[in-house]
Amino acid sequence: MSPPRDRGGRWRRIRGLVRKEIIQIWRDPSSLLVAFAHPMLLLFLFGFGLSFDANVVRIGLVVEQPSPDTAWFETALTNSPYFDVKIAQDRRAFIDALTAGWIDGIVVVPGDFAARAARGDMVPIQVITDGSDPNTANFVTGYAKGAWQVWQSQQRARAGAAMVAPVVTEPRFWFNPELKSRRALLPGSIAQILMMVGSLLTALIVAREWERGTMEALLATPVGRLEFIAGKLIPNFMLGMGAMAVSVVAAVWVFDVPFRGSILSLVAITTVFLLVALGLGLLVSTAVRTQFAASQIATLVSFLPSLFFSGAIFEIAAMPPILRALAAVVPARYYVDSLQTIFLAGDVGPLLLRSGSILAVIALAIIAFTVRKTRMRLD
Amino acid sequence: MTAALAIIEGLTRQFEAASPPALAGITAQIMPGQVTGLVGPDGAGKTTLLRLMAGLLLPTEGRLTVCGRDTVADARALREDIGYMPQRFGLYEDLTVAENLELYADLRGVVGRARAERFERLLSFTGLAPFQDRLAGRLSGGMKQKLGLACALLQSPKLLLLDEPSVGVDPLSRRELWRMVYELVDRGIGVVWSTAYLDEAELCAEVLLLNEGRLMFQGDPRRMTARVEGRVFLVQGLTQGRRELLERTARLPQIADGVIQGESIRLVMREGAEPPTREALGLSADTRLVAAAPRFEDAFVTALGGQSRHIETAGLATARLENGAIAVKAEGLTRRFGTFVAADNISFSIRRGEIFGLLGPNGAGKSTTFKMLCGLLRPSAGAAEVDGHDLYRAAAAARGRLGYMAQKFSLYGDLSVRQNLEFFAGVYGLRRGERQAAVKQMIAAFDFTAHLERNAGDLPLGFKQRLALACAVMHRPAVLFLDEPTSGVDPLTRREFWAFINGMVRQGVTVLVTTHFMEEAEYCDRIALINRGEVVALDSPDDLKRTARTAERPDPTLEDAFIALIERQSEKEAA
Repeated sequence: MSPPRDRGGRWRRIRGLVRKEIIQIWRDPSSLLVAFAHPMLLLFLFGFGLSFDANVVRIGLVVEQPSPDTAWFETALTNSPYFDVKIAQDRRAFIDALTAGWIDGIVVVPGDFAARAARGDMVPIQVITDGSDPNTANFVTGYAKGAWQVWQSQQRARAGAAMVAPVVTEPRFWFNPELKSRRALLPGSIAQILMMVGSLLTALIVAREWERGTMEALLATPVGRLEFIAGKLIPNFMLGMGAMAVSVVAAVWVFDVPFRGSILSLVAITTVFLLVALGLGLLVSTAVRTQFAASQIATLVSFLPSLFFSGAIFEIAAMPPILRALAAVVPARYYVDSLQTIFLAGDVGPLLLRSGSILAVIALAIIAFTVRKTRMRLD
Repeated sequence: MTAALAIIEGLTRQFEAASPPALAGITAQIMPGQVTGLVGPDGAGKTTLLRLMAGLLLPTEGRLTVCGRDTVADARALREDIGYMPQRFGLYEDLTVAENLELYADLRGVVGRARAERFERLLSFTGLAPFQDRLAGRLSGGMKQKLGLACALLQSPKLLLLDEPSVGVDPLSRRELWRMVYELVDRGIGVVWSTAYLDEAELCAEVLLLNEGRLMFQGDPRRMTARVEGRVFLVQGLTQGRRELLERTARLPQIADGVIQGESIRLVMREGAEPPTREALGLSADTRLVAAAPRFEDAFVTALGGQSRHIETAGLATARLENGAIAVKAEGLTRRFGTFVAADNISFSIRRGEIFGLLGPNGAGKSTTFKMLCGLLRPSAGAAEVDGHDLYRAAAAARGRLGYMAQKFSLYGDLSVRQNLEFFAGVYGLRRGERQAAVKQMIAAFDFTAHLERNAGDLPLGFKQRLALACAVMHRPAVLFLDEPTSGVDPLTRREFWAFINGMVRQGVTVLVTTHFMEEAEYCDRIALINRGEVVALDSPDDLKRTARTAERPDPTLEDAFIALIERQSEKEAA
């Protein structure tokens, strides 16, 4: 005889499913790979590969008529740690190199440079850059101008006519004084990593149950959909937290990102965000039945939007209004904000509370929708 | 009068509006305390009916009451009363035997002391007690199935639904499974057993015979079998020419069905036809015509209209003379995986124009041997020759002589029939002219004209099988390797398939076939029975049967012989 249905039955079934899931995670390396190898790989890619600081700019310096004045300027450029300078007398020597991308820009000091400088005239120099890579082009222009101004003030100082500018800006960059983009990028990339890992984990394991034919057997038992969903969420939540932990440790220890907030707020905000990611994966899994399709769709709906619209890499404020509206519903955006705050600024209560509550609402909505869409039948 | 466990009323299930329903207007009852066979060819609707009974699918029309509960409104409560084993057993392969049982015990509410007792009983019942810590994925097919059964039985269901439990399982395990199911039935559980193997129908108290979604027959299988009573005959004493005779008789209007059974031919007469005479069949004087007891399959094939189409196989193979020369030779083939010897010193030779069977339980080394002979696996020791070419030293030449048809038909589902044929013609390196001629010939011989532009994936199973065969013989191989060619296929399609094979064999093609299916083994001239990596017996089907003849069993089937020989080897090793 089957025993009467008991209230403890629900918890026993969830426990059974969770235990099964943990054993499977332990024995089948693919989940562990997704949870740990994947974040490390992405983190190292973001950490080493992606940077908005151009470290050394290779330029060609064209001095059409060398003179002591131009020699001073040459020294100013070659002494700078930002430039790797090659020198020639004719710009034609560098045109091919620029076209081929071997150098990032050409700085031309015109032939009448010395004469004009002696007269105290405006002395133009020409900066030619590769506009097909606007980012680098801007760096080259910016750095070249900087070097130029330094040289000019040195000139004036030598002439003993130090001019005092009426206004001097002395910028201070809070939270990231060296303006190292990695410090802002890495916390942001942790959001992308968790989004991807979380949704992949759940989407894949449910698809795997379909592919291996175990889903059918599971459905024929008295398991309810809430129990099924809890059985998938709980173990993968733990895995997701593990992924977060290794990412944060790597960011702080390997990449030297400061951590100014508290672990408690990190765990709290990650909890709600992981629920969003895992829920999204489960939602994907209600629509597909193969691991291949699951991984494709999970990547498409989780990783790509958070890559473009989380504000970690592309500035949301610079987007057209439609995209800004779209970005407002990308959950990773709120997590990126929170992480950048926790890492670089510390626990800023109001900001974390606001992001946390928005994420909680999204998580609840996704999970509720998933419960509704989960069919405990084959059709 | 006991109440029915399942009441099926006017049940229809349609998957896509455009295609015919998977089940149409089924009305039937399933009784407790007996095995009800759900019998029919692939695609007949067996799985759909089982899933509907388990509440896993919703009916399109009609009502289904199982264990007193409506499967639509009360699915969750229903699942407490049924045990269901899906086709692939529903086991977690990376969990051990014990972990699988514990999971299903948790899910099904078997707790406390009851759990320990239940585990002990089921483990001894299934003989899995020594393997509790083994991963389910590492079990043999037969053991997986027993574990699947144990998981479905955990909470002592009232109704047990088994979806094709005997597919891919060797005869030995199959017999044990039936013994276990009979034990359950004695305790009052109702069992529904779905199968494409018609010989299993005879083991059921009642069968539901399905074909193309319709219920063709419900009742005692003996009643169905009785329909062809007195119409079944065996032609015995044929020394040779069985395949020609079969081809000839199949064309006679009074014959409904004919199959090769070892050295004999089994014929079923059409309803109202005169009993056959030697003269009418054109038999020589030294043959005997004897009446035989009808089987369920005879009745089934006859009910479906019998075999009809004449199959033209002339020109499918390059005629080869010197029949009797050695076409395939295996010499001391040995394959080790680590310390495990999967195949141990296997030797045999196959004559040209012979059909040679490779039989054996799951994990006996049959597939390993087969793969070594196709050149898919290198042996650790030994040599093999195909049509005079060493398979490992002159691999390309040897492979050019063989055609291979895999169990899962290696066709490109997204290519049309024509594209598949053209692709394989190209793969075999036929020149342009030859290629076009070969494709044309395959289209004519296998009757593909109507289906040329259809994607291979959308073809009915029988056509898929034909296409796979056509693709395997495009280059007119001297030797044809068939890996379980007709598992899960309905008997009519199977007959057609073997008619093609027989035609090619008559033109001198040599065939090597592996199978679990005793009907198929009957087509072989000789069979090598492999167990624990060794050749246990090598003989003609009839001689194998003779070795298993005992006082209690004067007329053993090939399956009886198979089991007896395997058991004999186990006893010898134990002694």
